[in-house]
Amino acid sequence: MTQFSDTRLAEVRQIIDRYPEGKQKSALIPVLHMAQEDFSGWLSPETMDYVASLLQLEPIEVYEVATFYSMFNTQPVGSHVFEVCHTGPCMLRGSDDIISYIKGKLGIGVGETTADGLFTLKTVECLGACGYAPMMQLGKHYREHLTPEKVDAIIEECRQSVA
Amino acid sequence: MGRKLLLEKAHIPGIRSYEVYRREGGYASVEKALRMAPADVVEEVKKSGLRGRGGAGFPTGMKWSFLAKPEGVPRYLVCNADESEPGTFKDRYLMEFIPHLLIEGLIAASWALGSNRTYIYIRGEYAWIVDILEQAIVEANANGWLGKNILGTGFDCQIYVQRGAGAYICGEETALIESLEGKRGNPRIKPPFPAVKGLWDCPTVVNNVETLAAVVPILNIGGEEYAKIGVGRSTGTKLISACGNINKPGVYEIDMNISVEEFIYSDEYCGGIAHGKRLKACIPGGSSVPILPANLLLKTAKGETRMMHYEGLADGGFATGSMMGSGGFIVLDEDQCIVRHTLTLARFYRHESCGQCSPCREGTGWMEKILNKIEYGKGQLSDIDLLWDIQRKIEGNTICPLGDAAAWPVAAAIRHFRDEFEWHVNNPELSQQRNFGLAHYAEALTTV
Repeated sequence: MTQFSDTRLAEVRQIIDRYPEGKQKSALIPVLHMAQEDFSGWLSPETMDYVASLLQLEPIEVYEVATFYSMFNTQPVGSHVFEVCHTGPCMLRGSDDIISYIKGKLGIGVGETTADGLFTLKTVECLGACGYAPMMQLGKHYREHLTPEKVDAIIEECRQSVA
Repeated sequence: MGRKLLLEKAHIPGIRSYEVYRREGGYASVEKALRMAPADVVEEVKKSGLRGRGGAGFPTGMKWSFLAKPEGVPRYLVCNADESEPGTFKDRYLMEFIPHLLIEGLIAASWALGSNRTYIYIRGEYAWIVDILEQAIVEANANGWLGKNILGTGFDCQIYVQRGAGAYICGEETALIESLEGKRGNPRIKPPFPAVKGLWDCPTVVNNVETLAAVVPILNIGGEEYAKIGVGRSTGTKLISACGNINKPGVYEIDMNISVEEFIYSDEYCGGIAHGKRLKACIPGGSSVPILPANLLLKTAKGETRMMHYEGLADGGFATGSMMGSGGFIVLDEDQCIVRHTLTLARFYRHESCGQCSPCREGTGWMEKILNKIEYGKGQLSDIDLLWDIQRKIEGNTICPLGDAAAWPVAAAIRHFRDEFEWHVNNPELSQQRNFGLAHYAEALTTV
C-alpha cells in the first residue's frame, strides 16, 4: 500500500507551510521527489494518485507534471541508476567512451536495466558539471572526472551496498 | 591579478559555516541595507551598473525598479538557481562553497524589494546543494538575519529552497514561476511581465544566483565604486566557468578587463589548451551563444584584441562576434569535430523544448535528425541549406528564448565552419573513421 510514514507526512506539511494559504499545489514537485525516493525509485500510477489525494489535486495535475520533468521515472528502474551526461562539454572530454565502457561492462544499452535489477543506464543532458567531465549522477551525488577505473570502482561500490 | 569580489573568500577554510563567514565580515551588507530606505538600496544597485548574470545581461537595478507595488499585495523575490545552460557551472560553485554569500545577498535584496517570502529555485540535480543552502538558512535564522523583525526593523523575511526536477526550460523566468507553482515548465506569454504578474499572480523579481550574490559587494563598497571596476557598461566582476579542452577547467572570477587570449592561455585562468594542442573554436557564453573559430575569438573582425566583457564578446554582432551570455566558456581543440559538437547541442535543445510552440518543438527535432544524418555519413549538401532554413524559421517565432537558443548554435556552426559540414557530406566513409575536424581553423600555439 502506497503511504508515507508519519515522519514523511510531517515533512509534507512543513513543505506546504512554505507557501501562502491555498497554494499547496506548489508542494507537488518536492513531494514527487519524496515519493520517488520512498517508493522504489519510480512513480507508478498508484503513487501519483496517492500524491494527488495528499495535495488535494486532480490526478491529471500530477501526471502532467511527473511526465514533464526528466528526473521523474514513470517506469521501474534498477536499484542504482547511472545517469551519464553526453552534452557537448562532456562529449569534448570523452563521455562517449565512458558510455560505451559502461554498456560493455554491464551488458546493457542506454535506457535498459540489468537482469538482476541492480543497474539502469541512462544518458542525460547537461548537469552543470562541465568542468569536471566526464561525469554521471548517482542518486543524490555527482561522480566526476570519470575513467574506466573509476567506473569499475563505482560498480563494485554499488554491488557492495546491496549485498 | 584581477579583482575578486565574489570568490575572494571562497578558499578560506570553513567559510561555508556561519561562524567563519561572519568573522570574515559576512552580513555587513545586510546591516547596511536595513539602515537604508528600500528605494535607496535599489538606487545603489542602479548606480553599480550590475547586469543580470544569468545570460540576458539586463540591468538589475532597472529590473528592480519595474516591480509593481500595489497596496496589500505581497511581492516576491525568486532566486534562479536552475543553472542548466551547457558549459555553465558557476552558480553551483558559489552555492556549494560560499552559500552564505547568496543568503546575504537575498536578504538585502528582499529588503529592497519588500519580499517577505523569498524562494531559491534550484535545479533538481543539485540535490546535495539543497542541504548546504538549507543549513546556511538555519544558521542565518538562528543568528537573527532571517525570521521576524530582523535587526529590530520590523521587517520579516524567510527564505525557502525549492527543488526543480530536471528541465532546462525552468531557467526561463516565467517557466520557473510556473514550475514553482507546481506545474509543467511552460513559459508564459509576456506581457504581463513578472514584475507586474509573477508568482501566484503577484509582482515578482527573478534574479540569477550570481546577480544576487553581487549585491553584497555592491552594498559593501558602494554602487559607484563597483561601477569603476570593469569597462564601460560591463561593470564589476563576472564568474566564468571554463570547460572543454583546456588545462585548467574551473570557475574563475574576472574583472572584465582582460583579453580572451589572456583568459585562455594565462596560468591564472585556463592555462592553455590541453595536451599541447591548438585552439580551434570556442563558445564563450554558454551553449546558446554563437561559436567562434580561433581567429575571430582572439581578434575581432577589425583586428583588435577581443576582450572578455559584454561589449567585447559581442563585437561584430552575430556575423563575426558572439555574446557573454551566462559565462559558460567551452573550448574546442584542433581535433574536435564541429558537426558532432553541434549535434550534441541540437539534441540538447530538442530534449529540453517544452513543446508549447511548434517552430521549436518540431524544428529542434528536425535539426537533430539532419545533423545526425550528416554526422553519420548519410547527409547531402542540400541538408546544410535545409538546416540553415530551419534555424531561421525557429528564431524569433517562439514564446520564449529557447527557440533562439536552439537556432543560434546551428546557425553559427554553419556560418563559420561550412566547409567542415561539406567535408562530412563529401567524405561519408572517412568521416566515420574518427572524430573528424578540419584543422585549418586552429590557431598557432600562443603564449601570453
